[in-house]
Amino acid sequence: MLGPVLETLIGGLLTGVLYSLVALGFVLIFKASGVFNFAQGTMVLFAALSLARLSEFMPLFAALALSIAIMIALAYAIEFLVLRHLINQDSIILFMATLGIAYFLEGFGQSVWGSDIYSINLGFPTNPIFVLESIFPGGLLIDPTELIAATICAVMVLVLAVFFQVTRVGRALRAVADDHQAAQSVGIPLGQIWLMVWAVAGLVALVAGMMWGAKLGVQFSISLVALKALPVLILGGFTSIPGAIVGGLIIGAAEKLSEVLLAPILIRTFDLAGGGIENWFAYVLALLFLLIRPQGLFGERIIERI
Amino acid sequence: MLYREVGQFKTSYQADEAIFPIAQDRWFVIGLVIFAFLGVPLFAGQYLYTEVLIPVLILSIAAIGLNILTGYCGQLSLGSGGFMAVGAYAAYNLALRLPDTNIILVFLFGGVMAMLVGLLFGLPSLRIKGFYLAVATLAAQFFLEWAFARVKWFTNYAPSGSVAVGRIDLFGIPIDTPRNTYIFVLASAIVLALAAKNLVRSRIGRMWMAMRDMDIAAEIIGIRPLHAKLSAFAVSSFYIGVAGALWAFLRLGSWEPLAFDINRSFQVLFMIIIGGLGTIMGSFLGAAFIVVIPIFFNQLPSWLGIPISTAAISHMEFMLFGATIIFFLIVEPQGLARLWAIGKEKLRLWPFPY
Amino acid sequence: MRAPTAGEVLLSVDDVSLAFGGVRAVTGVSFDIRKGEIRAIIGPNGAGKTSMLNVINGFYQPQRGRITFKGQTRSRMRPYEAAIGGIARTFQNVALFKGMTALDNIMAGRTLKMRRGFFWQIVRMGPALSEEMEHRLLVEEIIDFLKIQHIRKTPVGKLPYGLQKRVELGRALAMEPDLLLLDEPMAGMNLEEKEDMCRYILDLNEHFGTTIALIEHDMGVVMDLSNRVLVLDHGVKIADGTPAQVQADRAVVDAYLGVSH
Repeated sequence: MLGPVLETLIGGLLTGVLYSLVALGFVLIFKASGVFNFAQGTMVLFAALSLARLSEFMPLFAALALSIAIMIALAYAIEFLVLRHLINQDSIILFMATLGIAYFLEGFGQSVWGSDIYSINLGFPTNPIFVLESIFPGGLLIDPTELIAATICAVMVLVLAVFFQVTRVGRALRAVADDHQAAQSVGIPLGQIWLMVWAVAGLVALVAGMMWGAKLGVQFSISLVALKALPVLILGGFTSIPGAIVGGLIIGAAEKLSEVLLAPILIRTFDLAGGGIENWFAYVLALLFLLIRPQGLFGERIIERI
Repeated sequence: MLYREVGQFKTSYQADEAIFPIAQDRWFVIGLVIFAFLGVPLFAGQYLYTEVLIPVLILSIAAIGLNILTGYCGQLSLGSGGFMAVGAYAAYNLALRLPDTNIILVFLFGGVMAMLVGLLFGLPSLRIKGFYLAVATLAAQFFLEWAFARVKWFTNYAPSGSVAVGRIDLFGIPIDTPRNTYIFVLASAIVLALAAKNLVRSRIGRMWMAMRDMDIAAEIIGIRPLHAKLSAFAVSSFYIGVAGALWAFLRLGSWEPLAFDINRSFQVLFMIIIGGLGTIMGSFLGAAFIVVIPIFFNQLPSWLGIPISTAAISHMEFMLFGATIIFFLIVEPQGLARLWAIGKEKLRLWPFPY
Repeated sequence: MRAPTAGEVLLSVDDVSLAFGGVRAVTGVSFDIRKGEIRAIIGPNGAGKTSMLNVINGFYQPQRGRITFKGQTRSRMRPYEAAIGGIARTFQNVALFKGMTALDNIMAGRTLKMRRGFFWQIVRMGPALSEEMEHRLLVEEIIDFLKIQHIRKTPVGKLPYGLQKRVELGRALAMEPDLLLLDEPMAGMNLEEKEDMCRYILDLNEHFGTTIALIEHDMGVVMDLSNRVLVLDHGVKIADGTPAQVQADRAVVDAYLGVSH
């Protein structure tokens, strides 16, 4: 009994790391511009699509370089066409604008790159690894792709965390997140900052897209994965990079475990037609968390003064 | 010049607070309503009824509901689809188990059940705001979607997971032809819109708007946040539930939970953004926009004589919706309703340019 | 200058202390406000004046101390309890409902006095309508008093600062409060506007008998309007008396001139 549960746990943790990757993009943009970027998921999809399709007729490295360029160009476009015109607006307005961006990107991405399922071959070993064969018969199954993704993610987190805390640019980004007008008035070039942040978020999306694409194949449902990042953010706090990691791990693990442990109980008790608890468990967990600790594990408490 | 309001003096505050204080507006709306009831049936064909008028009217009701919650009270909700599902399945179960219930009561029941669920999922709004609340409503959406797909009792143990309703009649008059369905839905929409309009200009509407604009200040004048938010959730969910029941019974006939998924939630949200947050008229305009555009796109290939695949059309729709939302948010955040009001302003001076 | 009134005590603040984390906003302050008087609260910036008002109307809960209002003593209170009790308030940074018209904002102030429930509001005939009209009448009187008829249908977000402050005052008045707390009502106004505002405040006090506590920086206004003055500095009370007494007080002069103690 312990074996399968442990296996599920490990699988869940690794999936959680991938959620964290997506959540990281959210955190970056929110931390630096106060905008809740609903389009992050679609950006992941768009990035993955670009990479997948380009790598069909050029070597992987070239495709990667080109995809990076595309994501940066995308950041330019978003800043120029949308963000620039919405400076100083309410955050709800900005959120809805990202909703619009998400929808647009989804249609655009699939028009340009097509809407079939594509694959990304990163050259990772695909044979599952078996560990702890001495303790558990047959050993525990680990997917090497996820393992590598986890490592890459950890590295990214470290780099980004340092960047935000230590550098001058990082400080400027935090100022911008607090108050657009004030930041502008001390000479922070808002447009450039936003461009940079969205470009970085785009690159994070590309990495996330690569990992998810390698795991699932690149398809439209990846943008739904992004919705999953929301509970991660709630648990971890919207402005915390380490929070995105911890939140991702918790959500990933809890989700998979709930399907394995909780679902059978519910199915029996309520005479359900199958499980699928995963679809909502993360959200309900996040909801309960919100009621107890609204700012998340690592987020900042907002004190309103009047 | 036609639209002058010079010479129209209100001699009482009551007259000042009428829904359409300007006489031309009043006549226009009365004329429109008469035309809708009597004029349209003279020439409308089945397609117009089933693909345009009926969906627009039903979705307008849902849009009014969401507008009350998000536009007037400022509580962002992504759970509209789920609440429509509650209305639909509640109505279905009542009609199934108490077959002789009057159809109006069936629809109202759908609304009431949605209201109760809405109250439940609205409770978190007392502690959380803004995007966090949006995530809470997402929890509602996904949970409800799942519940109606998995809890077999809701679908009466249907093996396929989808349910259907039979012929409906109201006091003996069958509502099975497109024309009759249209009249029924039109009447419902007008009654519900009137009720909503009265609510939002009353003390309760002010309470909601106060919560939206500055909830901290609202407390100071004696508004209790609990009362304001929960009442908004309740009324909003009621409307959305009724719309869900109407949609299921009169538009779909047979359905599965997928009809009320997250895309439906976004659809209703887009309606109120494009139509105008915080306006009743905007709910209708937004619904019309969202329903008509895809139809337009579907017809485009045949009009232009170019073959375009359905996938490509759907992609174009996505792009257009996204672009339109961004456009409206930048140019006119108050949506089509505001453009309409500006149009009327210009009409006051027309044909004189100044 | 106005003499102190002889009315009974309406509000009494008893040894109140308030701190945010390490910042001590108010420390051990006690004073009272008598019925029918205009009480000024003055002091250099950061003295804790706004925090004191926030404690009185329930925004902040003090760590120590109690407030007695109309005979009832409390240590904790929510803002709407204060509202129900008869305390109304305006803010330094105008806290109006920006999306609503001036008329709607002031009508919102009548919320507590309006009783009719949902059903009547939906139908909007009979009882609900007559209630709405009755309150509208009263609100129009306030609008007349403050001379803001011409902007009653304008969304307040579009109004200039001075007019916004007047609308905010109107909203507070609509509550028919026993105690009116004004936080820098003249801030950002030119001389004419200030004179108008002074006249409104005096009228309120003399005609309607409203008890008023106001935070104000303009010494001329303070001396002319108030019956008694409370002086705070760094969260502590340093003087309390008639305008003349306070003006002559050494500690007060030092505080304003920045002489450290």
